[in-house]
Amino acid sequence: MLMLGPHSELIAALQASPGIPIFPPRASTVAEGVDQLHYFLTVLTLFFTFVIFTVIFYYMVRYRRRSEDEQPPATRTLMSLEITWTVIPTLICVLVFGWSASLYFRNANPPNASMEIIVIGKQWMWHIQHPEGIREINELHVPVGVPVKITMTSQDVIHDFFIPAFRVKKDAMPGRYSSMWFQATKTGTFHFFCAQYCGQGHAAMIGWVHVMTPDDYAAWLAGTTRGETMTQAGERLFQQYGCVTCHVADGSGRGPSLVGQFGKPQKLRDGQTLIVDETFLRRAITQPNSMPVPNYAPVMPSFQGQLNEEQILQLIAYVKSLGGEERKAKGQ
Amino acid sequence: MTEASAAHTAEHPPYLAHHFTDIEQQNESGTLGMWLFLLTEIMFFGGLFATYAVYRLKYFEGFHEGSHHLSVQFGALNTAVLIGSSLTMALAVRSAQLGRRKAIILFLILTMVLGVLFIGIKLNFEWSADYHEGLIPWMGFHVEGANAAAVRLFFCFYFFMTGLHALHMVIGLGIMCVLLRMAAKGRFDSGYFAPVEITGLYWHFVDIIWIFLFPLLYLMGGRY
Amino acid sequence: MSAALAEAPPETRVHYLNADYGIKSWLLTTDHKRIALLYLASITLMFFVGGFMAVLMRIHLIEPAGALVHPDTFNKLFTMHGVSMIFFFLIPSIPAVLGNFLVPLMVGAKDLAFPRINLLSWYVFIVGAALTLTAIVSGGVDTGWTFYTPYSTTYANSQVMLTALGVFVSGFSSILTGLNFIVTIHKMRAPGLTWFRMPLFLWAIYATSIIQVLGTPVVAIAIFLVGLERLFHVGIFDPAVGGDPILFQHLFWFYSHPAVYIMILPGMGVISEIITCFSRKKVFGYHFVAFSSMAIAVISFLVWGHHMFVTGMSVYAALIFSVLSFLVAIPSAIKVFNWTATLYQGSISYQAPMLYALGFIGLFTMGGLTGLFLASLATDVHLNGTYFIVAHFHYIMVGGAVMAYLGGIHFWWPKITGRMYPDTWARLAAAIVFIGFNLTFFPQFMLGYLGMPRRYATYPAEFQVLNVMSSAGASILGLGYLIPLIYLVWSIRYGPIAPANPWRAKGLEWETSSPPPTQNFDVPPVVREGAYAYGPPGSELEGAHD
Repeated sequence: MLMLGPHSELIAALQASPGIPIFPPRASTVAEGVDQLHYFLTVLTLFFTFVIFTVIFYYMVRYRRRSEDEQPPATRTLMSLEITWTVIPTLICVLVFGWSASLYFRNANPPNASMEIIVIGKQWMWHIQHPEGIREINELHVPVGVPVKITMTSQDVIHDFFIPAFRVKKDAMPGRYSSMWFQATKTGTFHFFCAQYCGQGHAAMIGWVHVMTPDDYAAWLAGTTRGETMTQAGERLFQQYGCVTCHVADGSGRGPSLVGQFGKPQKLRDGQTLIVDETFLRRAITQPNSMPVPNYAPVMPSFQGQLNEEQILQLIAYVKSLGGEERKAKGQ
Repeated sequence: MTEASAAHTAEHPPYLAHHFTDIEQQNESGTLGMWLFLLTEIMFFGGLFATYAVYRLKYFEGFHEGSHHLSVQFGALNTAVLIGSSLTMALAVRSAQLGRRKAIILFLILTMVLGVLFIGIKLNFEWSADYHEGLIPWMGFHVEGANAAAVRLFFCFYFFMTGLHALHMVIGLGIMCVLLRMAAKGRFDSGYFAPVEITGLYWHFVDIIWIFLFPLLYLMGGRY
Repeated sequence: MSAALAEAPPETRVHYLNADYGIKSWLLTTDHKRIALLYLASITLMFFVGGFMAVLMRIHLIEPAGALVHPDTFNKLFTMHGVSMIFFFLIPSIPAVLGNFLVPLMVGAKDLAFPRINLLSWYVFIVGAALTLTAIVSGGVDTGWTFYTPYSTTYANSQVMLTALGVFVSGFSSILTGLNFIVTIHKMRAPGLTWFRMPLFLWAIYATSIIQVLGTPVVAIAIFLVGLERLFHVGIFDPAVGGDPILFQHLFWFYSHPAVYIMILPGMGVISEIITCFSRKKVFGYHFVAFSSMAIAVISFLVWGHHMFVTGMSVYAALIFSVLSFLVAIPSAIKVFNWTATLYQGSISYQAPMLYALGFIGLFTMGGLTGLFLASLATDVHLNGTYFIVAHFHYIMVGGAVMAYLGGIHFWWPKITGRMYPDTWARLAAAIVFIGFNLTFFPQFMLGYLGMPRRYATYPAEFQVLNVMSSAGASILGLGYLIPLIYLVWSIRYGPIAPANPWRAKGLEWETSSPPPTQNFDVPPVVREGAYAYGPPGSELEGAHD
């Protein structure tokens, strides 16, 4: 394992050599862990393949047929051998499973205070939105050393956002949100790809992550033209599409007030209780009648098809921001 | 017949296929084959039922509303008709076991009549009413209200599932026509009745599928 | 008993090939052996159709910007390659050709339980293949063989319905074949042939048939619903009308994962037969190999979620599918060790079937172990959707299943045709296949880890060297497949006449003439010894070991 550690000269030489690259750059906090597991599995695979091939080759030579009348001895089963080669692979599998699961578990939950980025996949480009209002197409600028949480969806078919250098990947699906996070450890420019076949332009749906030092990132933020922030856009849409007429802030309207509701549990008429998160809000906007709430008549129209994914996310950002001052005061 | 062919018939009855060693092997193979086929049908309908279950959970109210459009009375009548046809089919099998030619024919015809009655009730009283009420999703569907999309999905499932079931019934009726012809020619006796028995298995299965469909589609709306 | 059988040359003896002539005697046959040959011709055609598409793709991928076709065409090529290879070659191959031919012979029966249903299954296969070939020539389909929604239901503008119908229909062929085998093995075994005296090929076919019977109907429903959605915009899989695209994936993979075991289990059965014959030894650990086949069949139904680890499933669901996916690897490992141990102290000869079988063991080991990378959650996140997956399944399907199929074809060729093929050419072809295969697919493991996604018609320049290596290997692999086509066809007419048992193998199929008579055995066999009774006389008595 020492040979395979991150500072091995062998690895450095391989990564630096031109021609056939072996490993992608290691540019995130999880990359090293994934690579180590990958090395172990590679060694395991090559080892057992080598052992099997060698034993077979040896037997082929040692026991080759020398005469047509040869009579090999009877086969005798050896229970101890059967048990050994059942138990050892099982133990190896348990070990690998445990190692992998613990890595996966750790990588599953984004750290708090992650910087949030919205990614919307659509045939055949990636639309990336910073909360401060900057939009990018097929490019993602992030600062190094900061956890970044990506919330994704698709405008049409299933896509997949894959950043090999960070060893992260997640499907971006229509009709729902998915999320993943990473923390870049090296500045530089790294590929991202769409990794779920999505039609003619699937191979063209690629782009670049630019990891910058915090100073450079701040400079980039300041120097890039921006539109409204997500929250501002959401507020505008809330007015424009008439949401404000029913969802009155003091609760006197035909729909429930949305102030401070984000993150709270909400009981539905059929008895189940859901948390008011991004998925809940998206469903409420596009299929309101699939989740009627008590005390309010199910008269909300569906906005499916009238709002695109970007606009829905902007509305959600706005709803999230409602009652923010109250929540901050309560120390939430 | 010649001596050779008489001996041939004695040790090798005409209803024993040449690749089987004896009639027991033939009968057991046929029965096992039909049970396996029914197992594949369970997986086939099961996939549909699972998908229906997912959407019933997701669109609870819409599916309730859709279910309310169905006629529990005709559904219940059809259930009785189909159970009755299983009874007549079982009696046909029994008659075949006893080699009673006229009884086989009678009970097969009764089973077929009840089967046709089932389909007739469906077509005439249920599906044509659905058409006039604008409930067939691809033929002039018009339902209003908040749950319209879910009601449409409910009816898609309703027609897929009952349509697939009806298709299986029609195939069963076709097989019974063949059996009827065989029975009329006196082909069944206490030594050879496997085709009737195996068809009986199939028909009972078709009945059982309906016994699941009826509550899932008609009764889950909770109006009884 | 075998010595007394007719050893007259095939020209003068009546056997299943010359018992009747004319196109009707073939198209209306109920003889399982003739049906096996009908399947052989059909699936060979589909193999070369799919193979031709692979050749076009590998040529195209020599250049990063694509060397040959428009991206749209490339997307259709990989889709149709997958559809024709999986549904119309791999799934039928060993069961429908070797299984159909051998199962009645190996159980000592005159035919399968339902000969007419057997013929029906071939016609159903032909209808499915005809529909799919029509789809290919009338514009093709570009959804990927996985038909993911909503692309396939709502966005694809290609021959989705026609292909879906072709696949749907061919599924019934698979179901009927499996049903026939299960009943035959249960009910038609010769006197004395107990379950644990059966050759392991029968155990493998039995396990495969269970999967075929239980799993295929579910994918039939999945495809049926995709078709309905495409026609009527129902809202089952398309989220724009309230549907759930992940539900499709669950329904699809519930079958398609066990399907990969439909493709490999029969191959494992073939390997058991070949290894024992060409080392002249009873298999090591017979019961373990038999039970491993059944264990694989059962566990295979519990792991489908590992195809969906990055769709956003809950961490706990992912953990369960991961554990089970590791578990399903263990019985396969047990088999590999048992086959290797069978060689110990054997008397080993290296004819072509044995070379294919030994190659299988090594390549299947590698392909199977690379499955662990994908069962392991942390690495699967990185590797899913990349060329690593492509390399993994080609190692198992091509390095495993196709090599086992070729090994079996060569092993039983004298029994099927009554002729020997030229073994020198066969060994040469086996070596070419082995080398070409590794050159084609090993670089793809590296491409995958580097991050090159699959199903890409164009790619960044840094991936070019490995792609060119892979394409070069593919040309060698293609040559390796063409050579057997030539000499096997040649041997039917010009090959030396084969005796009843040219390999001096054990097994009921070798105790009748080559080719067998239509009724398989002149005298119905009675079994008095266990499988693979190669040991010294008296050593193979029941109960003496195991």
